Amino acid sequence: MAKFDLNDDSLVVIVGSGAGGGTLGTELALKGVKTLILEAGGRNEIEDFVNDEWASFSQLAWTDMRTTSGSWRVHKDFANLPAWIVKSVGGSTVHWAGASLRFQEHEFKTRTTYGNLGGANLLDWPITLADMEPYYAKAEDKMGVTRTNNIPGLPGNNNFKVLEAGAKKVGYKEVHTGRMAINSQPRDGRGACQQIGFCFQGCKSGAKWSTLYAEIPKGEATGNLEVRPNSQVIQIEHDASGKATGVVYADKDGKMQRQKARVVAVAGNSLESPRLLLNSASNMFPDGLANSSGQVGRNYMRHMTASVYGVFDRPVRMWRGTTMAGIVRDEAAHDTKRGFVGGYELETLSLGLPFMAAFLNPGGWGREFTSAIDSYENMAGMWIVGEDMPQETNRVTLDPVAKDKFGMPVASVHFDDHANDTAMRSHAWSRGKAIYEAAGATNIYPTPPYPSTHNLGTNRMSEKARDGVVNAHGQTHDIKNLFVSDGSQFTTGGAENPTLTIVALAIRQADYIAGEMGKKTI
Amino acid sequence: MSKNSIPVTSGLDRRAFLTRTAATAIAISSGALICAGEAWGLEVKALKPETARTLIKLARDIYPHDRLADKFYAVAVKGYDEKSGKDPATLAKFEGGVGALDAAAKAAHGVAYADIGWEADRVALLRQIQDGGFFQGIRSDLVVSLYNQKEVWPLFGYEGESASKGGYVNRGFNDIQWL
Repeated sequence: MAKFDLNDDSLVVIVGSGAGGGTLGTELALKGVKTLILEAGGRNEIEDFVNDEWASFSQLAWTDMRTTSGSWRVHKDFANLPAWIVKSVGGSTVHWAGASLRFQEHEFKTRTTYGNLGGANLLDWPITLADMEPYYAKAEDKMGVTRTNNIPGLPGNNNFKVLEAGAKKVGYKEVHTGRMAINSQPRDGRGACQQIGFCFQGCKSGAKWSTLYAEIPKGEATGNLEVRPNSQVIQIEHDASGKATGVVYADKDGKMQRQKARVVAVAGNSLESPRLLLNSASNMFPDGLANSSGQVGRNYMRHMTASVYGVFDRPVRMWRGTTMAGIVRDEAAHDTKRGFVGGYELETLSLGLPFMAAFLNPGGWGREFTSAIDSYENMAGMWIVGEDMPQETNRVTLDPVAKDKFGMPVASVHFDDHANDTAMRSHAWSRGKAIYEAAGATNIYPTPPYPSTHNLGTNRMSEKARDGVVNAHGQTHDIKNLFVSDGSQFTTGGAENPTLTIVALAIRQADYIAGEMGKKTI
Repeated sequence: MSKNSIPVTSGLDRRAFLTRTAATAIAISSGALICAGEAWGLEVKALKPETARTLIKLARDIYPHDRLADKFYAVAVKGYDEKSGKDPATLAKFEGGVGALDAAAKAAHGVAYADIGWEADRVALLRQIQDGGFFQGIRSDLVVSLYNQKEVWPLFGYEGESASKGGYVNRGFNDIQWL
């Protein structure tokens, strides 16, 4: 395992160790590039994970202060918890459910496909599905995605069987146990899924892919990768020529350290990455680093999400087994006959009793609320994830007042649904209801969006420097040796869970960074 | 439900009925709450015992589960007592909130909140304060302190931790038969 000096200016320094940063760091190390990952959270390993929702939340979630505004209900119900993401080595790949879907072709070309939609800041990606296909293939192989590479699908649990029965009765065709980065058979030194449940709390068997144990140790074994936990980057520094020179971070004791770098890559998730760029403002870059377009922090997307819980007259026990145990894909295509652009996926989801109480109807109380909880054992659940519209006014800014324990302004998140998001959610709720009714539900509850797990778009890719923050390789338009490596690069969000695309982009970016370093352009 | 519609049972007048109901549920004895029927006691250290008793009733009215005994609501209230012991502002918040609720109860029904005999009458009072800080503070704490009790989980069928048992791969993850 490498241990690099603070003054080593030959390093690629990556901020964050999740799907983007953990993958990029490992790929670079395997290519022989000396790489340091600075991770704000601690290093919790598989043996540390707990099958207990609130205890795990305390252990893994980013619970440092954030602030919110806007008309989204999360602002009212969870004013200081806009996102449910992870602060721990592995980032949100510790917590994710494992759904690994490629974007559809049109989702890289939304401005062309959807046209000029009022209020939406749509833009085509500077890359296409064809550009991404080889990297999707590499990512699927790396992650062991079921239904790819001759890997069988996972067996369906009770929650999936209810979804499947209802979906088939209403005529849906593409219904299966998903493309999941969860081993259905032993692979890559990790065992098969034990149907434990608690996928969101860190996989106790290691069957689910995470950078924590499936990538980073491989990078560390090369001697080219150091992961430094409990290291929160506060600022990226640059020289008089405008080139990034390193970062200042708070170490485990809260002491400020200056780490030199040859290349800096930001992968702190779509709330923290723009926060860091904005907090790195200087005389030369008064609006923050890489922000000549003014787009840093803007176009924040969180997917159109919602849930539907169906109650049946007999037990389902949805918590048993894989949390995201199956999918209906028939609504994922772009079909404006439904009254909106873009599409959505229907995926099973389960929450334990403690989180069901917290998230079913936040703020709810009285017998209407407890009647639903009384039926917990007989519930089936699904999550809806669809493409939401990028809007310039949905954005992450530095809170003018609130600061964290290091004195760094916290991220403030403003969000309003676009009319297209609302129309899609309403359609999806009604289709989810139809599925559970067809399966024989006696009551059905529509559940509002949870604190965001899919945070996207706040440093978006664009062909032209004026339209976005980074180019087709995640390299910032303004600073050649500064990169963005997480979901904040997404130009638009697609209907699919984003992790596979983040990993594919990171593999592609590693090729580019290593190549450019070889050519000495960075 | 209006006062006039309250049924009178077993020849007791309404007042005597209510008093007896309260006395057989949770009694107060030298700084402690005693529930003989459920065989538990709760010694309160910071809150007034009457306040704690009211908070238990309030907790049940917020999240009424007829399958749950009072002791589960009392566990949540015990946490309020502990917090009140550490922070005078918290103590003042609970005592002040319950005081205001009791005043509203006396104005509407002539008795303290916990002595209002019908859930519907108590809930009507809560609807009036549901957006206030006192109610919201209790509700948002209770949604964790009640439903996160491991002893509560089996009463809803929830099985909790499964990794140490090998997950459900051989224990019924796909055992549904009725579809």
